[in-house]
Amino acid sequence: MLAKRLIPCLDVADGRVKKGVNFVHLTDVGDPVAIAAAYQQQGADELVFLDISATNEHRKTMAALVEQVSAQVFMPLTIGGGISSVADMQRLLKAGADKVAINSAAVADPQLIQAGAEKFGNQCIVVAIDTAWDATAQQYRVYTHGGRQATDLETIAWAKQAVALGAGELLVTSMDRDGTKAGFDLGLYQALGAAVKVPIIASGGAGGLADFVDVFQQSPVDGALAASVFHYGELTISEVKQALRQKAVVVR
Amino acid sequence: MFAIVDYDTGNTRNLQKAFAYLQVPTTLTADPAVLTQADAVILPGVGAFAAAMTALNNRQLVPVLQQVAQAGKPMLGICLGMQLLFERSSEYGDHAGLGLLQGQVTAIPSDLGVKVPQMGWNENELQQPNSPFASIDGAYTYFVHSYYAVSPAEQIVATVQHGVAIPSIVQRQNVVGMQFHPEKSGQVGLQQLASFKEMVSANDFSSN
Repeated sequence: MLAKRLIPCLDVADGRVKKGVNFVHLTDVGDPVAIAAAYQQQGADELVFLDISATNEHRKTMAALVEQVSAQVFMPLTIGGGISSVADMQRLLKAGADKVAINSAAVADPQLIQAGAEKFGNQCIVVAIDTAWDATAQQYRVYTHGGRQATDLETIAWAKQAVALGAGELLVTSMDRDGTKAGFDLGLYQALGAAVKVPIIASGGAGGLADFVDVFQQSPVDGALAASVFHYGELTISEVKQALRQKAVVVR
Repeated sequence: MFAIVDYDTGNTRNLQKAFAYLQVPTTLTADPAVLTQADAVILPGVGAFAAAMTALNNRQLVPVLQQVAQAGKPMLGICLGMQLLFERSSEYGDHAGLGLLQGQVTAIPSDLGVKVPQMGWNENELQQPNSPFASIDGAYTYFVHSYYAVSPAEQIVATVQHGVAIPSIVQRQNVVGMQFHPEKSGQVGLQQLASFKEMVSANDFSSN
């Protein structure tokens, strides 16, 4: 039986991990290889690197980073942030990425999903969706550009469209919960799980052990992604896995 | 020197990195002479069965791979590369494989409540306690595939459950297949590559 996945997410700019990763035993806290190795040691099932630098010039350093990490760390690597063409995808996959996550570019041009899936296979193409509840319309709405720009897209419909075009996985961030540590948005993931058959990764809201237990027990997600709770050592991967095991959630 | 078969299917880079990490020198090649001279041949592969066989055929590699395997050279097929070792596949039609392992490749049933492709970490159950790959027992490895091998039991070293029992490691003498990606399966995956390396070092399959 497939194990539920725990996925730390690392923000990267200029080839360095940003936004305070704070492990003991790391002498260089921004070094992506050292941080990835530490997460591998803890039992992370996959890593997501998110490129937060703004220019094309910096994106080239992202491929170099992937090249370095994949020479030392042997687990699935997903790269997101600023990917807007098949050529971008190819560069990262060739450097050692297993999957690429596309977000704003997929909304701007949904055919990019299909083009990527046809060239590299559905399993390589993750569509990342940032979403928040729209109380007026009584539905989830898709946002782009790091959550700054609202779109007209309703989230469940967009998820279905992305899968129909070839997305092999959805990484769905609840902007309502992101950074709140109030738990994952279970209703969002229940609705998504009923709508699509591809793996869903939940993101946004992880605060304590119970939040991970809840998202796996009460929604059909395949993985849970988190940043700060892991980076600051508030929770370790192994401690979350132990809590999940106690509740009979299958983990590696 | 291990020769990794270069036939333009999928990403061989990470596999080379994993062997480099284990200090096993590799060369990426489609040269029959190099494949024949190598200590072992690694057959990678991502994508569709028929396209991969066509790519091997276009490079006249099918008889070369069959000859080196039949001469006793250790061979390791990974993911689609493992599937190519079998006799046939029903992926998009009926296609002949290399025929180095008995059995055929067929689609993972999607009506058994599991997602297809199988994508993620699954737990291995050892079927042959005396296998060089016995360390896989109870360990998780990383899979990405939609088809699986239907094989005689004597070739099955380990399985995972995904709706059906899916062979994760198969072996017939010098020919080994891994359905998972050892280069993406952390320490457990590296250990399986190291076990293959030991098998190569102890190579007593040669009929030459």
